[in-house]
Amino acid sequence: MTEPTDAISSTTSRGAYAAATTEGRQRGLWSDAWRNLRRQPTFLISAGLILLVLVMAAFPQLFTSVDPTYGDLSRQRQLPSVDAWFGYDNQGADIYARVIYGTRASVVVGVLATAGTVLIGSTLGILAGYYGGWLDALMSRVADVFFGLPFVLGAIVILTTLNAPGSTPGPVRIVAQVVLSIALLSWPVAMRIMRAAVISAKQNDYVKAARALGASSRRIIFRHLLPNCLAPVLVYATIALGAFIGVEATLSFLGLGLRSPVVSWGVMISDARDYVRIAPHLLLFPAGFLTMTVLAFVMLGDAVREALDPKLR
Amino acid sequence: MGRYVLRRLLQFIPVFLGTTFLIYTMVWAVPGDPFAGKCGERPCPDAFVTVMTERFNLNDPLLVQYVKYLGQLLQGNFGETFSGVPVGQLIVDAYPTTVKLAVVALVIEAVIGISAGLLTGLRGRGFLDNLVLVSTLFLIAIPTFVTGYVLQILLGLRWGIIDPTVSSEAAWGELLVPGFVLGSLSMAYVARLTRTSIAENLRADYVRTAVAKGLPPRRVVGIHLLRNSVIPVITFMGTDLGALMGGAIVTEGVFNIRGIGGLLFRSILTKEGVTVTGVVTLLVIVYLLMNLLVDVLYAVLDPRIRYD
Repeated sequence: MTEPTDAISSTTSRGAYAAATTEGRQRGLWSDAWRNLRRQPTFLISAGLILLVLVMAAFPQLFTSVDPTYGDLSRQRQLPSVDAWFGYDNQGADIYARVIYGTRASVVVGVLATAGTVLIGSTLGILAGYYGGWLDALMSRVADVFFGLPFVLGAIVILTTLNAPGSTPGPVRIVAQVVLSIALLSWPVAMRIMRAAVISAKQNDYVKAARALGASSRRIIFRHLLPNCLAPVLVYATIALGAFIGVEATLSFLGLGLRSPVVSWGVMISDARDYVRIAPHLLLFPAGFLTMTVLAFVMLGDAVREALDPKLR
Repeated sequence: MGRYVLRRLLQFIPVFLGTTFLIYTMVWAVPGDPFAGKCGERPCPDAFVTVMTERFNLNDPLLVQYVKYLGQLLQGNFGETFSGVPVGQLIVDAYPTTVKLAVVALVIEAVIGISAGLLTGLRGRGFLDNLVLVSTLFLIAIPTFVTGYVLQILLGLRWGIIDPTVSSEAAWGELLVPGFVLGSLSMAYVARLTRTSIAENLRADYVRTAVAKGLPPRRVVGIHLLRNSVIPVITFMGTDLGALMGGAIVTEGVFNIRGIGGLLFRSILTKEGVTVTGVVTLLVIVYLLMNLLVDVLYAVLDPRIRYD
């Protein structure tokens, strides 16, 4: 813990600065965490999987040359074969190609919605928890207003309000709307988790000591509270990422989220729902990819949490 | 404590107003003719439009409409739908079923989730830990309607263990499987939250002290560890009840349960604004009361947290 800084910590300027000025000082929290992470097999596996999923989302044509929207009814619901590894769906389209091309929409919705939720939620949560008083009261009430709206219902109302019935909005617009409704309705969760963590961390001796030494609020928040309170929000965020991809599927299922011709796992799963009894492979492959992606993100979150949380070491 | 509860009840007022206003605005601000399709395959006669505009105050500015609606609501009048059915009656018919379903889901998720989290949190890394982690992942990853359809097909149609759909009485036993489906996502959250929390608190000084005092393990875990660790779990479950009731739309659809989920979904699509606002108002009240209950429970579970 007391060795001089190495190449990794110099990537974070603050850590490098601190290590350069006071030699032998403890490495920064994040660079320390990174050192730990690199040795964890779960981190390496999940990071590899996520990388694969991201490449699939960015360059689907690397994995398949089949057009995912081309359907041929003569091969409707055919089982997996050499020609089509995952078989054909109800429209006779290649499921493998659809799964690969579907990665993008699902991942984009999940990542953007999670980023929005965590960013809004933890910023407001840390402010509310740290300053307390009327600010806390005001934010908590606003959070209550949004959280009081049931999730799926709120999303349904928002999406029907934004799109007049009968209109056919483009894919980009639908994705933006789905992300917006998810983030708008779920930031209070992240905020409450962050606020609770900050309130309990605020009473710890190290925060009192920092304040007694004359540290500014800004320093206390960024150096003491944020690193100590981030773990629960990160755990929530990784789980939420998977849940949000599932929410996207639920909204597609209700006919309000993404829809054909956009290819996404949610659209595929909801297309498959009426044929589960006779053709389970329609459901199996998109659900399997969904599960694999979620698995990767949650494993990553767990590894990061353990690396970040000094109490667990 | 009494003063705290009173203060919280007073804080309900702005949240209540905010939420009802938000939902009222969203529902009534939906673009398009509110009377479209209300009179079958022809435009509504002028007389009908005039009467309905008068009855629902549609000519007033939105704020005035809202205040008028709120005035009726405070007198216990939920208003009526466009076809004249009292919304209060619709709610009385549908509400108990959904409450039952949500309670079943909550109990299932608490029992299974906390036990799984406790077991894995105590044991640490190992086969059981991985098993629970992987199974929670599956619960999180699979959307509710897939779980619902699969269980309905396997248990209901293939093996004939349960009825594929729930009868209109909705007995407790019939709601077990739908409750499991509804609570499955939250169950995974509960298990993981408990596991994280237990694993973190396991190294706390008070646990070491309790062990060093020679307390039996049962007491250390049950009184010292669990009570401190369930605080985040209780927060989650308290806020979850409202979410379960609102999120029951899909489960109710799959199992054909006549609850408020289906009522709301139909009302939103047919633009029955009065019904939507009324039902959501009730959901919000449930949510607010659960939040208060959670906050009061904090002080009971953890004496270090004080409200005064």
